[in-house]
Amino acid sequence: MSKIKKNTGIIDALNKDFESRVRLGIMSVLMVNDWVDFLTMKDLLKITDGNLASHINALEKKQYVEIKKQFEGKKTKTSYRITKLGKSGFTGHLNALEALLNKN
Amino acid sequence: MNKNAQQDIAHIRDMMERSSRFISLSGLSGVFAGIFALVAFGTALWLLNDSGIAYFHEDTIIYSEKIVFQLFVLCMLTLVAALLSAFFFTYRKSKRDQVNMWSPTTYRLLSSLFIPLIAGGIFCLALYHQSQVGLIAPAMLVFYGLALVNASKYTITDINYLGYCELILGLLSLFFIGYGLVFWAIGFGLLHIIYGVVMYRKYDKAA
Repeated sequence: MSKIKKNTGIIDALNKDFESRVRLGIMSVLMVNDWVDFLTMKDLLKITDGNLASHINALEKKQYVEIKKQFEGKKTKTSYRITKLGKSGFTGHLNALEALLNKN
Repeated sequence: MNKNAQQDIAHIRDMMERSSRFISLSGLSGVFAGIFALVAFGTALWLLNDSGIAYFHEDTIIYSEKIVFQLFVLCMLTLVAALLSAFFFTYRKSKRDQVNMWSPTTYRLLSSLFIPLIAGGIFCLALYHQSQVGLIAPAMLVFYGLALVNASKYTITDINYLGYCELILGLLSLFFIGYGLVFWAIGFGLLHIIYGVVMYRKYDKAA
């Protein structure tokens, strides 16, 4: 009985915000880099503009990432960086994943 | 759930790795750089022989201006050939793996590699200018070793072993001045080929 309780506890610790592969990818990239621009991110994740933008916006709403827009000539360059909250949130998610693997 | 978590962790590791390291470096470029270096070594011996110097049979060798210049040109040609082959095989591998060859990691790798390397190049030119020709080969090996150790943070980590080997070889050769050419051939020829073959079997084939 207690085992089941523990397992549900672990699953609860998994952060719903990072459930999708794309968000997992975005957060992973931002964990080990400083500012990363849109094109580099798109290239790494191999997804479409719209898909990336919507996931990034969702993460920004939760204040896990911050967005910076700069002008480079006539084009705007958008870059992303992980916030403190994002870092701790993602670390918690990683720990939960690890705990889940060790349990089974 | 377990399987999912496993896949998630694999994905996380892959994304972290790919966004922070340049992994398209091909082992083949090491092999070719090594071959070019050995060809250069052979050519150097031939040039020396041609100008009446028996490299292995004389205690002190007086190098003429002409032969030093010829060796310098030979060295530059070898460098250009090695860089071109590195570029070619890396381009080919990144095409095959469908990754962008010019990403921020590329610039980080290049700057961490070329800053010590350019400093070393200028250092060697200064040695040449000061007529300290015997120190050039050891200096090339030492600076190259340091450059590789430095660059290994932004590419396949194993490259630091090659860096340490070049570094040790360079330091060792400082105590055997006069055999610079031999140490040079071992460092840039033999070690590159060994490293290239090992890397090719470990990374290029599996991918």
